[in-house]
Amino acid sequence: MIWDATFQFVLIGALLIGATSGTLGAFAVLRRRSLLGDALAHAALPGVALAFLWTQSKALPILLLGATVSGVIGVLVIEVIVNYTRIKADAALGIVLSVFFGIGIVLLTHIQQSAVGNQSGLDKFLFGQAASIVRADLYVMCLVSALVLIAVCIFYKEFKGLIFDAEFLAALGFSPRRVDLLLMGLIVLSVMVGLQAVGVILIAAMLITPAAAARFWTDRLHVMVIASGILGALCGALGVGISALAPRIPTGPVMVLVATGAFLASALIAPKRGVLARWARRRANARRENGQHFLRAHTARQDGQGDAVALTDIAAELQLPRARVHRLAKRLSRDGCVAIHNGACSLTEQGQKEAEFVVKSHRLWEYYLVYRSILERDHVDRPADEAEHILTPEMIEQLETLLANENIDIDIHKTGSGYRRTGDDG
Amino acid sequence: MLHTVDESITPIHIHDMTVAYHKKPVLWDVDLAVPEGKLVGVVGPNGAGKSTMIKAIMDLVPKASGWVRIYGKPYPRARRAIGYVPQRESVDWDFPIHALDVVLMGRYGHVGWVRRPGKRDRERAEEALEKVGMVDFGHRQINQLSGGQQQRVFLARALAQDAQIYLMDEPFAGVDAATERAIIDILMDLRARKKTMLVVHHDLHTVRQYFDWLVLINMRVVAAGETRDVFTEENLNKTYGGRLTVLSEAAQAVADHRGGL
Repeated sequence: MIWDATFQFVLIGALLIGATSGTLGAFAVLRRRSLLGDALAHAALPGVALAFLWTQSKALPILLLGATVSGVIGVLVIEVIVNYTRIKADAALGIVLSVFFGIGIVLLTHIQQSAVGNQSGLDKFLFGQAASIVRADLYVMCLVSALVLIAVCIFYKEFKGLIFDAEFLAALGFSPRRVDLLLMGLIVLSVMVGLQAVGVILIAAMLITPAAAARFWTDRLHVMVIASGILGALCGALGVGISALAPRIPTGPVMVLVATGAFLASALIAPKRGVLARWARRRANARRENGQHFLRAHTARQDGQGDAVALTDIAAELQLPRARVHRLAKRLSRDGCVAIHNGACSLTEQGQKEAEFVVKSHRLWEYYLVYRSILERDHVDRPADEAEHILTPEMIEQLETLLANENIDIDIHKTGSGYRRTGDDG
Repeated sequence: MLHTVDESITPIHIHDMTVAYHKKPVLWDVDLAVPEGKLVGVVGPNGAGKSTMIKAIMDLVPKASGWVRIYGKPYPRARRAIGYVPQRESVDWDFPIHALDVVLMGRYGHVGWVRRPGKRDRERAEEALEKVGMVDFGHRQINQLSGGQQQRVFLARALAQDAQIYLMDEPFAGVDAATERAIIDILMDLRARKKTMLVVHHDLHTVRQYFDWLVLINMRVVAAGETRDVFTEENLNKTYGGRLTVLSEAAQAVADHRGGL
């Protein structure tokens, strides 16, 4: 029964809506226009009601025409408010969104209470009702979606240029105003095409969420656009499927919830940009830094090269709890940098090398800061602490040459502030 | 004076140009004829209208009065003669795009509306990346590049425009020494190929070394001409008037130059 014609209409409709708003959403999000999509959708409601009152027709093209007109008026009002008053964009957006939506609700209530309005089903425009998609609606949706997607393919290069560097595009002779107008027009169409199934309140989420999710996975615009479109379509289809199994749940909210799930998953697990990946990177950095501090403390406390140092001494030098220093030592011994025996540890050959590198970069940077009079002598330790982890071997080499030119000798085995000019005191 | 300017061979000729933002003039009565094949520095304090002048040449900001001719033609008819390097901070470097794609944008003007950049354009873009020493970074996401590398990508994009005149807005701002060296080498090479460059610059110490022609501006053109004639303490005083730290820096720069002779 689930595969009857009605269900197929609904499914195809949802796929189209998801694909269209997902694709355009990628551009809207990157152009920082996503909230404008929300204002546009809310401002569309009075247009739907007025179109019905005026024509007494429930035909989708007529209602969507009304929706488009009032949505565009809403966006224009925002522009006027921003350009001619001292009210900022976010406030203007809020004002227009709520006022237009309020008017829409009043008109809708009026229609519902009138004799003809009872069966008008206009209330579906609030939360969306995919099940109400019929064959004629589907034709309209197909037409609009095809138009929007083809336009994106044709003007992809111009959109990319506009969003990345509008001024450069203008210098090349493309009018950014025209490109922007075209892009906004396509965003309007993609919002309108989803109004019936997703509703004015939630359609913006279908614009924003798949795009925001897709951004986590890629560094290339075309991949993001396509991924966002596919993700949108998937959310649409899943939304329809789920609400078909539980018929009392409206489709729009389910579609949005699926998209939100995809977004959360992406934000969490995406490689490189995801929260977990970033957390892992930070943790690895922190571990490396702690290890380097340990090695530097070891060098500071050892009497001669190769000597063992008690872990309690290192804990004192680092001003850290002994248990933590033990854990650090164990990790370093796993990495082959130190050998532990009887509560003391000595550096292996590899550890010795690593320690020399760390101490040297610390000293070099410390000296550099003093030499350049960036900091007083007794203030250099902390910044040097931070710099020693980020200096690369090439930078160290450069610093060394720089200081060698000034006759500065860096003694890495001397503890404390170990810089001196050769010839000062031998 | 004006009748001596032969328009068709003058790369950039600005006549009596005033530019205003919200009715407040930021650039007054600019008269300037930039000679061909020169590396021209544009120097002046913050807010002097250096970027505005460059943008006004390309019609990116409206002029309140006056006009600009590029080889005798208004900008819309001479676009392809000009390559542009905007300030690095003018774009969002987190945009999902690779370095090569950015450079390819330099070809958009030649490609025109709707059409896609072709194989030839791609080759040009790769050549440009190679010139700035970034050929291995073509497929790097742009936010993974250092500031100097980003600046090189912008320069490569302008090179891909294949122009006669290059307008550059602070190409040396916030770049490392290696990048500054690489950029100046490219500018010298362009000059050897008879290209004309107008470069907004803020480091007075390197002015004499880099530029053979100089425009000093502070809302008006204070002086313009051969660097050795224009880069004087008196002119710098007029340009930076009253800004003490900059003044001493300027005096130092001039003294350095004298000492070096």
